Amino acid sequence: MCDTCGCNVTHGNRHLIAPGGKLSKIENGADAVSVLTGLLSENDHMAAHNREHFDRHGVLALNLMSSPGSGKTSLLESSLATLGKRFRIAVIEGDLETENDAKRIRAHGVDAIQIVTGTACHLDAHMVHKALHELNLDDIDILFIENVGNLVCPASFDLGQHRNITLLSVPEGDDKPSKYPVMFRAADLVLLTKVDLLPVLDDFSTQRAYDNVRALANPAPVIEFSSKQEERLADWVDWVDQQVEEHRQRRDQGETLRPKVQPDGMALHGLSL
Amino acid sequence: MHELSVCQALIDQVARVAREQRAARVSVIHVSVGPLSGIEPQLLEQAYPLAAAGSLAEDADLCIESAPIRVYCDQCDKESTATASRLVCADCGNWRTTLVSGDELLLTHVELFREQAHV
Repeated sequence: MCDTCGCNVTHGNRHLIAPGGKLSKIENGADAVSVLTGLLSENDHMAAHNREHFDRHGVLALNLMSSPGSGKTSLLESSLATLGKRFRIAVIEGDLETENDAKRIRAHGVDAIQIVTGTACHLDAHMVHKALHELNLDDIDILFIENVGNLVCPASFDLGQHRNITLLSVPEGDDKPSKYPVMFRAADLVLLTKVDLLPVLDDFSTQRAYDNVRALANPAPVIEFSSKQEERLADWVDWVDQQVEEHRQRRDQGETLRPKVQPDGMALHGLSL
Repeated sequence: MHELSVCQALIDQVARVAREQRAARVSVIHVSVGPLSGIEPQLLEQAYPLAAAGSLAEDADLCIESAPIRVYCDQCDKESTATASRLVCADCGNWRTTLVSGDELLLTHVELFREQAHV
């Protein structure tokens, strides 16, 4: 067996699989060609390009993912005034239909680009790239990308973001991380939203939600938030501040920030973008 | 859901390999899809004929392999089998594990027929 990769190709038999060799043909006469690339490598390539673009212009890109209606737009609406004092902000909105969310953001005097995906259940790196042409990145410090409301598909597509934020609104139930492990494993921050409803939701346990995130081997902070309670704003804003600072430090070293789940996965398979 | 998008990306990659290899047609496509990749193998199979129609891979078989979910615990220095919603060490229950396999979404290899060389 080969010492490098565990395949069965050795010095002794390599000539057999070389072009024209006895074993280079499968029984039916076909040739086997090894590829070993990520299935979404074209998307990942575009995402890497987007990330370089963000880094060059000093923009921190944050990807917001959740079920429909768990409060992504409300989160932004309630924090734009505070974050807007120190940072120049823009928003990319992804929805199957309507310009409603972009209008809500623009009402706060913030630039918002609406991506209408039609039937697509997620944003991909190409859609985001196209939207970037409508923004002047030199005028932006933080770009929020509000993904299509969906706890499944958006988790599979890298957009070039620096961090993933997954929202879990308390009416959805504390077992959502266990039911949607791919999504919650990808989170760099889990925001429990609508916690002002906790007094009337006796079946939601914040401890269970926290334990279910940890069971996915995810060390991401879990922060409680409500757009109706101003005192809940501080923890979320502090987290954003930390990411801006971390991104600045990484860029000073000529590096970038990536959602924590991705480099592990890619490195495991010995792949690079 | 998004399996059709993934399948279209797969066919694009296979078509590129087929062109590079001067293939007349593709007979089998081998992919590795882990339970934590976010892709449902059955839906990928259903989307495949739609995405492959009219391509060099139109008549190819799609062969999907699935790697088990395994995690490494550095407290025990051991690997163990886990499930998608519980990626903790089977021995000590530590949740700070590293995923060893189970999130693959890879095109591993392609079986194809090359064009006959003109002599």
